[in-house]
Amino acid sequence: MNEELPLVEMRGITIEFPGVKALDGVGFRLFPGEVHALMGENGAGKSTLIKALTGVYRIDSGSIVVTGQERSFAGAGDAQDAGISTVYQEVNLAPNLSIGENVMLGHEVRGAFGINWAATHRAATQALTRLGLGHLDTRKPLSTLSIALQQLVAISRAMAIKAKVLILDEPTSSLDAAEVDGLFTVIRSLRDEGIAILFVSHFLDQVYAISDRLTVLRNGQYVGEYLTRDLDRHALISKMIGKDLDALKSLGGNRRRAPRAADEKPLLSASGIARRGAVEATDLDIRPGEIVGFAGLLGSGRTELARLLYGADRADEGAIELHGRRVDLRSPADALPRRIAFSTENRRDEGIIGDLTVRENIILAVQAERGWAKPMSRKEQDAIVENYIAQLNVRPADPERMIKNLSGGNQQKVLLGRWLATKPELLILDEPTRGIDVGAKAEIQEAVAELAEEGVAVVFISSELEEVVRLTERIVVLKDHRKIGELQNGPDVTAQAIVDVIAAHGVEAAAETLDDADGALPDSIALTTDKEAAR
Amino acid sequence: MTAAAGTSFWRDLIHKPFFWGIVAIVALLALNVLKDPTYLALTINPNNGNLVGNLIDILRQAAPVMMIAIGMSLVIATGGIDLSVGSLMAVSGAVAMEFLSAAGDSGSVGAALGAIGLALVITGILGAVNGILVAYVGLQPFIATLVLMLAGRGIAKVITGGQNTTASNDPFRWIANGFVIGIPVVFILAVLLVLIVGWVVRKSALGLMIEAIGINPRASRMAGIKPKGLLLTTYILSGILAGIAGIMSVGTVMTVDISRTGYQLELDAILAVVIGGASLAGGKFSLSGAFVGALLIATLDKTVLYLGISSSATPAFKAIVIVALCLLQSERVRSWFRRRRQAPPVEQLTAKEEVTA
Repeated sequence: MNEELPLVEMRGITIEFPGVKALDGVGFRLFPGEVHALMGENGAGKSTLIKALTGVYRIDSGSIVVTGQERSFAGAGDAQDAGISTVYQEVNLAPNLSIGENVMLGHEVRGAFGINWAATHRAATQALTRLGLGHLDTRKPLSTLSIALQQLVAISRAMAIKAKVLILDEPTSSLDAAEVDGLFTVIRSLRDEGIAILFVSHFLDQVYAISDRLTVLRNGQYVGEYLTRDLDRHALISKMIGKDLDALKSLGGNRRRAPRAADEKPLLSASGIARRGAVEATDLDIRPGEIVGFAGLLGSGRTELARLLYGADRADEGAIELHGRRVDLRSPADALPRRIAFSTENRRDEGIIGDLTVRENIILAVQAERGWAKPMSRKEQDAIVENYIAQLNVRPADPERMIKNLSGGNQQKVLLGRWLATKPELLILDEPTRGIDVGAKAEIQEAVAELAEEGVAVVFISSELEEVVRLTERIVVLKDHRKIGELQNGPDVTAQAIVDVIAAHGVEAAAETLDDADGALPDSIALTTDKEAAR
Repeated sequence: MTAAAGTSFWRDLIHKPFFWGIVAIVALLALNVLKDPTYLALTINPNNGNLVGNLIDILRQAAPVMMIAIGMSLVIATGGIDLSVGSLMAVSGAVAMEFLSAAGDSGSVGAALGAIGLALVITGILGAVNGILVAYVGLQPFIATLVLMLAGRGIAKVITGGQNTTASNDPFRWIANGFVIGIPVVFILAVLLVLIVGWVVRKSALGLMIEAIGINPRASRMAGIKPKGLLLTTYILSGILAGIAGIMSVGTVMTVDISRTGYQLELDAILAVVIGGASLAGGKFSLSGAFVGALLIATLDKTVLYLGISSSATPAFKAIVIVALCLLQSERVRSWFRRRRQAPPVEQLTAKEEVTA
C-alpha cells in the first residue's frame, strides 16, 4: 500500500541471552503513517525486538536503519534522539509528580534561571491538547487520573519528544471498551499525521480494528509480514502458534454445566461482606467444583471482592463461612491453610518474586504455610516443581532459571503452579490470561476446567467477557463496587447478555457503555475522571 | 557445588561474587610481603605450642566483624539495615564486665557462662526492640536502628556507672585469647558460628523467606509469608550476634571501653556484606561472601598499621581499596571489560544479512 522508504528497517537482528537465542536473524520494517502490529506468542521475541529498537538491549548482530541512517543504540536515550518513543505495558510514569512534569520530564523548558515552570506547563498542555486532553490541569498529581488517562498521558509524553516512531506495548491491557475506543481515536489521528506506530496487543479484535500491517514472530524467528486485510484470524493464529487452530478450538466448546441442586452445601458462603471504598455489602455462595465468574468493568469491584475472600484485604463488615464454619481472614497467611488461593492480576508487584528461581517461586506458598522451621526436602521440591512445569507446559522447562527471565505467560503458569501446589479447595484467579498469548491462554483455561472437574471451586475474573462466558457455570455481575446480579450460565447467556445486565442497571451506566461512537474521546474520558473524583 | 574436579572448582570460585574479595586479600598480603619477606611466617611458641604470626593476628581480629557481618547479611537481605550492632557490642561488653567484676572469682567457669548468658539475653532483647520497631511499628529500619545506635552507648554507660569496667576471669579471657591445637579459640568459634547460622538458614526455609521478603514484600505477603515474625527473628539474631562480637572484643583486654568498644563497627559489617556481593536493596545474600568481606577488612586494618600509613591517611587508604573492589564487582564495569576484550567478528554480520534478505 505504501511504496515509500520505510522509516525503520531492522535486518538480521540476533540477540542472545545466556543459554537462549531470544531473536535469531529477525527482520522488521515500519512505514510512516501506518499502524503495524507485532504478533507472536509469549516468548516469541516481541518484547526483545522492541527493546532492541528502543536501545534497551544491545543487538549481537544485524542492523537497524532509521530514516536511511544506520544506527547503533547504546541506550534508550539514543533511540529517543532518533525519534523513537515507547509507551510500555505498565504505565512507566511517576504518580507523585504532576501531570505536566510527567509529560515534560527530561524536556523541561529552560530559561535564564533554570526551569521555566510556567512555560513547561504550557508546553505540556499543548502536547496534551493534541490528544484531546487539553482540559486536564497539568499541575495536579498524576495519581489523580484513572489508569486509562495515565496511559494517554504516557503517550503525550512519548509525543512530546517529537517522535516519528511511537511504540505501544500492550497499551490496552488495563482499559475497558470505551477507553480503548478513545485510545484508538488518538492512535488514528497520530497515524494520519504520518507517525509510524508499532502496536503490540494480545487482543486480536483490537489488532484487526487498528492495524494496517502485521509482522509475526515465533520462537525468536521471523515468520512473515502481511497486510492485515489479507490475513484472516485463523491464518494469523496458526502462524503465531505454528500449529493448527482446531486443537485449540476443541477446548471450551461446552464447559457450561447443568444447574446444580439448590440445596448443595456451599464451600464458601459470604454474607454482607464489605470494605469501605472498595466493596459494598455482598452475599455470595461458592460450591465445590464450580467455576464462578466475576464480571464487570474495570473498577467495578470484582478484584476488590476477590481480595476479601482471600484476606488480602480485610472485610470491615459481614462474615465468611467455610464449610459452614465462620472464619476471620486477616491476611493471606490465614487463607492459605484454609485451602484458599488467590492469583493476583498484578503479576509483577504482587505475584512473582523476580530474583528467585522458578522452583523457589513454585514452592514458596507451600513452604510459607508450613513455616520456615519445617523445610521441604530438595527431593520433595523437585517432585512438585517438575510436576507443574510439565503439567502447565512452562517454557523453558528449567526450574533453576530466574522467574524474571521468563515471558509473561510463562510467569503466569509458574504462579498458577504455585497456587495449585497448595492444593486449594477454592482457587481465585484474577485476570489469569491478561497479556498472554493464545496458546498459553488455552493451556490455562484447560487447567482451570480440569481443576473444576476434580472438585476445586474456582473464581474466574477476566475483562474478556467471552472467556468468562465460555468457562464458567455461574456469573456474578458487579458494577460500581456492588454485586448487581447473578446469571446462571446457559446457552442463551452471551457476553452481550452480561453487558446488557450492566448497562440496564442505572441510566448513567447505559450512557457510558453505549457511548462508543466516533470521536467520543474527550467526553468518555471526562466521564471516567468525574467518576474517579467522586470516589 | 562439587569441589572434586579441580578446574570446575576454580571456575565456580571465579564466578562467586566474593572472588575479588579473595583477590584483594591476597594482594594486600603480597604488599606486606614486599615490605617484609617474613610477613607470612608462622612460628610456634615453644612454651605452649601456639601458632604465632601476622596471619593469626588477622584471624583473631576478623572474628568480631564476622559475627556482626553475618547478622547484618540477614538484616540487609530483608531489605533493612542494622546500625545498632556496634553499640550493642558495647552493651554486651559492659554487661559481661560488670557481671564478672561483681562475681569476683577469677577462675569460675560458672561466672563466665553467666556473664555470657546475661550479655546475650540483653543484646537479644535490644535486637527485639529493633525488630518490633521495624516489623510492628513500621519505622524505617535506618531510623529504628539509629535509635539504639545512639542510645546503646548510653545504656552501656548506665550499666557500668560511667566507668570503663575491668574484670578478671580466666575462662572468659580464654575465649578471646586462648588457643586450641595452636589456633585461636576466637577464630574457631567464629567459623563455627558462621557455619551454624549458614546451616540453619539454608537448611531451613528461613533463607528463602528472608530473600523473598527482601525482593518483593507485597508478593511475599500474597504468598502467605508472615513478614513480621521473620523480621523480628532476623533482628534478634543480629542483636545476639552483636552480643557475641562484644564478648570477643572485650575479652582480649578484659576491659570495656564504653566509647571505643565496637565503635563504628556497624560500618565495617555493612562493608563486609557489600564486599561479599550482596545488594543493599535487599534480596539475595551470601554468608560466605560476608565471611570473606570480614577477613578482608581485618587484613586491611592490619596492613594499614603494618605499612605505617599515617593515621590521618588511614581512612583514605581503606576507601581506595574498597572503591576499587566495588568497581571490580560491578556488573556494568565487568561487562565493559568483557566487551573490550571480544569485539564481534564482522563476517558474521553479512552472512546473517543474506539469510533474511
